[in-house]
Amino acid sequence: MSGKTDYSVVNTDLLIIGAGGAGLRAAIESAEAGIKTTIVSKSLLGKAHTVMAEGGMAAAIGNVDSQDNWKVHFTDTYDEGVKLSNWKTVEIFAKEAPERVLELERYGAMFDRTPDGKINQRAFGAHSYRRLAHVGDKTGLEMIRTLQDKVIHTDAKVMDEFVITKILVNNGRISGAFGFSIREGKFYVFRSKAVIIASGGVGRLFKVTSNSWESTGDGLAMAFRAGASLMDMEMVQFHPTGMVWPPSVRGILVTEGVRGEGGILLNNKGERFMLKYSPVKKELDARDVVARSNYKEIVEGRGTEHGGVYLDISHKGAKFILEKLPSMYMQYKEFAGIDITKEKMEVAPTTHYHMGGIRVNPETTMTNVEGLFAAGEAACGLHGANRLGGNSLSDLLVFGRRAGKFAAEYSKQNSVEPIDDKEIEDEISRVMGFLNKKNPENPYPIINELRESMSKRVGIIRNGKDLQDELGTIRDLKEKAKAVGVTGGLRFNPGLMACLELQNMLSNAELLVTGANERKESRGAHTRSDFPETKDEWKKNIVFTSSGDTFEMTFSPSEEPPEGMIVNIQKAR
Amino acid sequence: MEKVKLSIQRSEPSAGVPVRYDQFEVPYEEGMVVLDAVHYVENNSDPTLAVRWNCKAARCGSCSAEINGKPRLMCKTRVDDLGENIKIEPMRAYPVVKDLVTDVSHNYEIAKKIPPFTPSPEMHSPYTIQQIDITRSKEFRTCIECFLCQDVCHVVREHHSDYYGPKHVVKIAALDLHPADCIDRSEVLYKQGGLGFCDITKCCQEVCPEEIKITDNAIIPEKERIVDHVYDPIGLLVKAVKRRKW
Repeated sequence: MSGKTDYSVVNTDLLIIGAGGAGLRAAIESAEAGIKTTIVSKSLLGKAHTVMAEGGMAAAIGNVDSQDNWKVHFTDTYDEGVKLSNWKTVEIFAKEAPERVLELERYGAMFDRTPDGKINQRAFGAHSYRRLAHVGDKTGLEMIRTLQDKVIHTDAKVMDEFVITKILVNNGRISGAFGFSIREGKFYVFRSKAVIIASGGVGRLFKVTSNSWESTGDGLAMAFRAGASLMDMEMVQFHPTGMVWPPSVRGILVTEGVRGEGGILLNNKGERFMLKYSPVKKELDARDVVARSNYKEIVEGRGTEHGGVYLDISHKGAKFILEKLPSMYMQYKEFAGIDITKEKMEVAPTTHYHMGGIRVNPETTMTNVEGLFAAGEAACGLHGANRLGGNSLSDLLVFGRRAGKFAAEYSKQNSVEPIDDKEIEDEISRVMGFLNKKNPENPYPIINELRESMSKRVGIIRNGKDLQDELGTIRDLKEKAKAVGVTGGLRFNPGLMACLELQNMLSNAELLVTGANERKESRGAHTRSDFPETKDEWKKNIVFTSSGDTFEMTFSPSEEPPEGMIVNIQKAR
Repeated sequence: MEKVKLSIQRSEPSAGVPVRYDQFEVPYEEGMVVLDAVHYVENNSDPTLAVRWNCKAARCGSCSAEINGKPRLMCKTRVDDLGENIKIEPMRAYPVVKDLVTDVSHNYEIAKKIPPFTPSPEMHSPYTIQQIDITRSKEFRTCIECFLCQDVCHVVREHHSDYYGPKHVVKIAALDLHPADCIDRSEVLYKQGGLGFCDITKCCQEVCPEEIKITDNAIIPEKERIVDHVYDPIGLLVKAVKRRKW
């Protein structure tokens, strides 16, 4: 790699960044609409973080509890978001989720069945009815495989092991993107009429996380630099149950399905403590409630040897567990040497999901940058201050499809924007800059310091002092990060990826912590020990917009749904 | 055990970097898996060491390699099962991109050739399917596409383009067992897929991290289907008669 203009050009109508559930579903929609579609992903096709989803996808099909309908699903979801969700987004979601699940079945996905041969639905935390279509505890695998098979049989072009480093904008409209093939070690410019960001969340900002390597929030940071607004950045979900021991697997998810299928939580005295914190919903209360309860038991000294609590499903017997929770059985047996059909699991909260992200139009999923769309965990508006388990997978399908549909329409109506050669040359110099440094700083210690301090100070219970300290740390690390670099070339160079990701992680972390510091109340997943109350004046979203080298923070009041949308669930039952 | 000694194969053929083995020492931690040791090297000694990984939870099937000569997932192989000397090499059936990363794109080319799920016109959405049919096909649908079965298969290694390989037979078995699907893939598997080359040595099912009985439950039944559909003269006659319009 030497010449300044050494890159290939790909002309496409639509570029999709990310090949998880949302990106793949979008690709199907646009390819079927006859739009020239290119989908790029940091990992191999079929390896995206969606593959890790376990418990199921929530949709009010009403196969098990026939009283269920979209209004109850709407109410459950909106309540869980504690008035920060965009109610229009939630309405579209609750109405369209059942059809998206049935459509996935028509694409070839297999779900576990009821005795009369319908799609079975399991109970999950804070869902009023049994609602999650699932296949054992491998629902994400089934979903990504089905979508991936569908995509490779369309005309969509898949470019995997490919990283986008910059989204290109001309006069407030999308003109394409720039990046390189990790496998080939070659630069590419995409000239595209529309771009969809479906690149997932920011879980890798934290040391203890259930997220895979990709979740560094590249899409958020790039969209932000391209002018898109980010919202609810402070809203991070901590899943109540991640593995705690051995250290190698700390944070790996233990599906809520364990509790959905009858698992109970116990402290070191053998007390079923959820009876105390949530006498009615118990282990199946919302994730924030259960996560805080687990946390409280641990910090008050009633935890396990390795700093967790116990989760027990052994009373259900081996046959049931192997059928319903095969991955959990494997993961404890292989990694921890524990047989969950006989022994208790040790679990503790783990960073799991980012409710915040790129602000989009609820109907079209378009951002404030014309031609730039976002869907899935990268987007925001559906989950508000907290997400219900199982709502993420159906989110991917509902809004992945919408992103594909509306981006396809947009690209039909618009022509391709010009690209500035200088901008490309500058971006090539930026990327190559990491490879040409004298005495470069290793990026990994900086990343590890960031992840450790984020887990320590911006976790499940936050306070003003910690948050301000963390902002200081982030600013120090930003300075240090200017010196990072690595030897070697473009091809499969993890150190180079780390340099690029570090910049995105720091950008996301700064906004996340700024938002958390600003929100002087507790709401949903955001808990402040110094401001424990939920306050009416905070019924608003915190919005960030890039402004030169810094950013602007504004507040957008969250509109409540019209009367009659929220149903009284006691009555509905 | 306090330390682990790693010997890692390095190379970058397209840049003319020949194969060598680099030695690293890594502090041992309880419960450590091979991928942790490789990450330690990447973080502390050599950030250019190429390794493909994603979930580190044995779900995604990215980190396949030959560990002490055996095809395994790096994230699912515990260091304490191996002792302190560990040799890590890339999969042998595929061309090396760099260090431990191989080019597995051939598998995606094959996947495109396999006729996709095609619902029978008699099936109406939402489908009625019994749990027993789901349970029967679950085994094949747990495939994480790690390609270790492909890697260990001597037919794939030696006749790369003639045989689809065990992973793809598993895929076809999964599609064939879908009660709503109406396509017969045995001819594809026989003519283009080269299943006849497989001499059922069962190496593939021994290395499968998902413990799929690839040979017993996918390959042998698919071979039997081919015999029924392609070779059975009485069956062919019956089919010809059925197809004929009177």
